[in-house]
Amino acid sequence: MILDSLIPVLLVLALVLAAAGMLKRINLWRAGQPEKVNLIAGLMAMPRRYLVDLHHVVERDKYISKTHVATAGGFVLSMVLILAVYLFGLQSQLLSYALLGATALMFMGAFFVWKRRRNPPARLSKGPWMRLPKSLLMFSATFFIATLPAAGILPEAFGGLVLALILTAGIVWGLSELVFGMAWGGPMKHAFAGALHLAFHRRPERFGGGRSTGLKAVDLKADKLGVDKPTDFKWNQLLGFDACVQCGKCEAMCPAFAAGQPLNPKKLIQDMVVGLAGGSDAKFAGSPYPGIEVGKAQGGPDQSITGGLVSPDTLWSCTTCRACVEECPMMIEHVDAIVDMRRFLSLEKGQTPNKGAETLENLIATDNPNGFNPGNRTNWAADQNLRLMSDVKQADVLFWVSDGAFDMRSQRILRAFVKVLKAANVDFAILGDEERDSGDVARRLGDDATFQGLAQRNIEVLQKYKFKTLVTTDPHAFHCIKNEYPELYPAGSAVDYQVMHHTTFINELVKNGRLQLSAHKGGTVTYHDPCYLGRYNGEYDSPRELLASLGIQLAEMERSGFRSRCCGGGGGAPIIDIPGERRIADMRMAEIREVGAETVAVGCQQCTAMLEGVVEPRAEVKDIAEMVADALVEEVA
Amino acid sequence: MPPKSVADLRVAALISVGKHPSSGRARRADQDARAVEMGLGLAPGGLEVIHAGNPNETVLRDYAGMGLNKLKVIEQSADADVVPALSEYLSDDCPDIVLTGVRAESGESSGMMAYLLGEKLGLPVVTRIAEIRAITDGQAEVLQALPRGQRRAVRVALPFIASVDSAAAPARQSAYGPAMRAELEADSRGIEIKDEVRAGWEENPARKRPKRLKVVKAKTAADRFKAATAKATGDGGTVMRDETPAEKAKAIFDLLVEEGVLR
Ligand code: SF4
Ligand code: SF4
Repeated sequence: MILDSLIPVLLVLALVLAAAGMLKRINLWRAGQPEKVNLIAGLMAMPRRYLVDLHHVVERDKYISKTHVATAGGFVLSMVLILAVYLFGLQSQLLSYALLGATALMFMGAFFVWKRRRNPPARLSKGPWMRLPKSLLMFSATFFIATLPAAGILPEAFGGLVLALILTAGIVWGLSELVFGMAWGGPMKHAFAGALHLAFHRRPERFGGGRSTGLKAVDLKADKLGVDKPTDFKWNQLLGFDACVQCGKCEAMCPAFAAGQPLNPKKLIQDMVVGLAGGSDAKFAGSPYPGIEVGKAQGGPDQSITGGLVSPDTLWSCTTCRACVEECPMMIEHVDAIVDMRRFLSLEKGQTPNKGAETLENLIATDNPNGFNPGNRTNWAADQNLRLMSDVKQADVLFWVSDGAFDMRSQRILRAFVKVLKAANVDFAILGDEERDSGDVARRLGDDATFQGLAQRNIEVLQKYKFKTLVTTDPHAFHCIKNEYPELYPAGSAVDYQVMHHTTFINELVKNGRLQLSAHKGGTVTYHDPCYLGRYNGEYDSPRELLASLGIQLAEMERSGFRSRCCGGGGGAPIIDIPGERRIADMRMAEIREVGAETVAVGCQQCTAMLEGVVEPRAEVKDIAEMVADALVEEVA
Repeated sequence: MPPKSVADLRVAALISVGKHPSSGRARRADQDARAVEMGLGLAPGGLEVIHAGNPNETVLRDYAGMGLNKLKVIEQSADADVVPALSEYLSDDCPDIVLTGVRAESGESSGMMAYLLGEKLGLPVVTRIAEIRAITDGQAEVLQALPRGQRRAVRVALPFIASVDSAAAPARQSAYGPAMRAELEADSRGIEIKDEVRAGWEENPARKRPKRLKVVKAKTAADRFKAATAKATGDGGTVMRDETPAEKAKAIFDLLVEEGVLR
């Protein structure tokens, strides 16, 4: 029968072409900057990363998770068996039956893919992605039928020439999409690039339940700072972009996209793919950047990205909330890429827009973003009788005050926290005027030089004193000191303290019985997870436990916990203030209103400022420290 | 940017080490940076940025970050009077326009630099300029900044010295990468004259003086607006427009004698 002699030829052809395509693709990635990865260990770890870590993310959408297991599992199995049966000619009924099973499984999965695609949500890309389920069905169906005779279910030469021709056409279609297309940029590319991305991920710490959210320091001595052209990315970042399946989960979560600002993380990643391969975005079949037409962007591996591929406004719209990264099933690191490109604009071009440049200048000249006299940093505590580290040299707890010291609203939070610390008789001290901005804003604005300068001087001060725990009410400072400072500690010295957010710390005090709290008075309360506490540091429980110990039953918002929506205040976004159709803070307040909350508990002064910026009537915004301070049962001495 | 037609225009911007008003930390001086900005707009290729002082002063790099490959540093010790050295350097091959800030943010901060250089080099001095609008036939069309947002257009022949007012276009952001890679070209061949007069001075931080309370007489918002924006009307004085230059000069001379400036 012709099929028996044709299939091996087609297979070999597809495999050879695929191999050529893969080599070409690999070369595109290798045009990126070197980055050390452990090739062998990465490849060995890949199956586990796929089956456990990636599945953990995909599992959030049960439908697609099951569908993908059936389709992908069926395909891999089919492919192995097809090679065994048709290429290596292993004739056994058992194998044929196994192949029938595998293709049937794949067909079932593909059917559900097709079903979802009949009325796809807006976040999914169309174009070639609409063809994929049909190709999957075709591949599985034709190989199923072609294998029936071998399994002895149908007689040899069943269907004659007509069927053979039809099957040949189907096999050609299936193989081109699934084998050839995998290497030559079709939708199936995600399987090839995705698998390798898992193996050579730039943040392997993310696998196995770990967390890696700190931005990586720029080598300030390098010839070029930040990313200008696609080839300035590390090679495995390029590989990561190529893994995108255009599922749009990031788009659905992005607050800037929802606010109508010109950013769509999915499109951004696709534009990076356009950049690394060269060409235009005309074939992109998903949602555009709000307000920017698709089809006009051009790019190439050695062309400046902001010179025609991506508008700087797109990069500056991001609040660095990490909602996209959290959601991405392919473990792509959008925030790293965005900040890398911002770095080039700030450090090489001097083009931090709007108030950004002024903020950076202030940070350089006064160690705070608003240009206040650094000698007034401790004025807020004039009536608090706090101990300074420069006097006492050591304490159990170092209270990191943060720039909230200069802001009257934040000072209320600081005072509330001091009241709590005093009520629990905590041995604590502050740095006073020796403290500086943590560098968070500078770093997110791409000015890593200023960040590193601030961090290094802060580290010098921290190293002068002895304390067991550093506590701060500012999740941004918390994240920087906890996750980004260690890399900058001078060689030979190490961090000898733990870093805590005040909600975690107060919660421990309560658990240890060091605080007496009365029940919270007032109506419904909801809790807004700050991005830099939640997604960046995985702290979702302490604030909730603490609120529970105030007798509060939270009315949780739909977007809460790891799916919390940003207040709009991160990443220097309020400083740059790229216009959109809505304000992120307003959208968040609407969600707070939806659950009927009279009070929204927060754990961040930036969130407080953003949410209180929403016009009344709205829920009252209170930091958890303030709520605890109000509920303190003062002992009558 | 208006057309600044002259292709081979040569501009020098003199820069100093500034001082941040609230932290007192060394920084890129605001007016000097505006002068560099103006220079970049006028003659991106023919701009020379010059500092007289310490070539190891890192803050100078903040100027370089505006897109300069090179800064010229005429080495001078801290107690030197930089005017002789600067005028010697400039007179050598005098640029068409010399830009300075109106007043330095540190040191004597007397605002005399432009005048002293003008005297030494024999160049006209245009003070407090906001913009150089065009250069035609060896003449520059300059806008001087007056109080309350007013401007005065003057024409001045090249070469000249101008002090750049805070009303001039703000300086662009300084980019760290180019700043660090720029060359600080130290030049130690020039003269160095010790500032003997200043050596005898004693410096104290200025005392804060009580501010006179402003009594607002205006009753309506319109009155207040007028009070805030009206032209300052000096008492006395005459505006001489149509008289001959000789008559104008005579009037100034008489006034100077009357005020006891000239004896
Ligand atoms: S970047 Fe990730 S989440 Fe976004 S579309 Fe691509 S695969 Fe999906
Ligand atoms: S970090 Fe947040 S704002 Fe930035 S692209 Fe991702 S989801 Fe959008």
